[in-house]
Amino acid sequence: MATHVKTTINNEAVEFLCEPHESLSSVLRERLHLTGTKEGCTTGDCGACSVMLDDRLVCSCLVLGVETEGMSIDTVEGVAKADKLHPIQEKLLEHAALQCGICTPGIVVSAKALLEKKADPTEEEVRFWLAGNLCRCTGYDKIIRAVLDAASVLREEA
Amino acid sequence: MDSLQYFAPTTLQEAVQLLETNSGCRIMAGGTDLIVQMHIGTASPPAIVDIKKIPELNKLQLSDSDLLLGPAVSGASITEQADIAAIYPGLVEAIDLIGSTQVQGRCSVGGNLCNASPAADTVPSLIVNNAVCEIHGASGVREVAAESFNLGPGKNCLSEGEILSLIRLPKPVPGSADAYLRFIPRTEMDIAVVGAAVSVTIGGDGVCSAARVAIGAVAPTALLVPEAAKALVGTDLNDQALENAGAAASQAASPISDKRGTAEYRIKVVGVLTRRAAAIAKQRALQN
Repeated sequence: MATHVKTTINNEAVEFLCEPHESLSSVLRERLHLTGTKEGCTTGDCGACSVMLDDRLVCSCLVLGVETEGMSIDTVEGVAKADKLHPIQEKLLEHAALQCGICTPGIVVSAKALLEKKADPTEEEVRFWLAGNLCRCTGYDKIIRAVLDAASVLREEA
Repeated sequence: MDSLQYFAPTTLQEAVQLLETNSGCRIMAGGTDLIVQMHIGTASPPAIVDIKKIPELNKLQLSDSDLLLGPAVSGASITEQADIAAIYPGLVEAIDLIGSTQVQGRCSVGGNLCNASPAADTVPSLIVNNAVCEIHGASGVREVAAESFNLGPGKNCLSEGEILSLIRLPKPVPGSADAYLRFIPRTEMDIAVVGAAVSVTIGGDGVCSAARVAIGAVAPTALLVPEAAKALVGTDLNDQALENAGAAASQAASPISDKRGTAEYRIKVVGVLTRRAAAIAKQRALQN
């Protein structure tokens, strides 16, 4: 039986109907058409579906839509402000840190969560934090450099 | 799966009632095992009871006498608390090894225990910390030691209608510390080939007065190895004592061969990890 769920998504009140078995990633993409969140493995291994749930980084494929009643969800769609990209997005472009792009929204959400928690991470900390975001194209080095570069931009802005 | 029912009770009593009236339903904490099992088709419960909205199951309370760990508390909310890591460093190391950052945001120690994987990272650490599991059911409350909680791969001691309501870890006496090591072929995002947890208590005279050793992924459940502890107690934890503890752990192991490693390999590695974990626990204990 479809359940009525009330949430806040990217700071806006959003209500939706979903079946109990539907994952949050599926609700975001198919019911709310927020297709920035990608579905890769649906088993919590690849991180393409990363979102923030009540300010905690999670794989949205491992969250049921019905669980999110009363919770706040932040997706990649909320990262850029108006027509201005977030420094992480800018730096991913600048470092050519994406090829097919499927992993990129998850990387953006995940890296942003790291930099909000830790403004000056070491390369090793970035690599460990992003271990749950698989990229099969880039070999990671460019992604790691872009995140470290974005961290320094954000520190200068702060 | 279309007929799945979802319940999110807000009290433990309500949860127990739901478990009683919904035969075959599954309890969900973080869902990082259950939702995967549902996706790949190895679980298709008629109903899910989500315990995350029950305040008392989200308890995380460190006191002078113990750590009260609610089964719904996420791994990340434990690992980011420095005061818990200072007292139970091995347990926190084990939690920190589960899955990715994303998985840590959802997975729970209670779920890791109840999922009953022989390779579960937190279980050996719970065992060496003398964790007691409080179980609620229609007929009341009972307590089970962490080493007796699981009965075999995927099988725990909960009867239908019962729920793990609290994990209680007594506070270690001064001069104590724990450590956990696991072996995987990469540095992150993998399942233990072998795991070993050790806790030791060292007196003012430098002699080990108490120890516990537990090993993972080398038997149908995580195992408490009293013989390995015996090899440590009464010694100053010299190299020979650590070596003897490792040999006892290898002796106690009865692993299977699978894609992660052969039985022979696991038996050897569990000895090495036990020795190394004991050395780390010793160093930490000397500072406590």
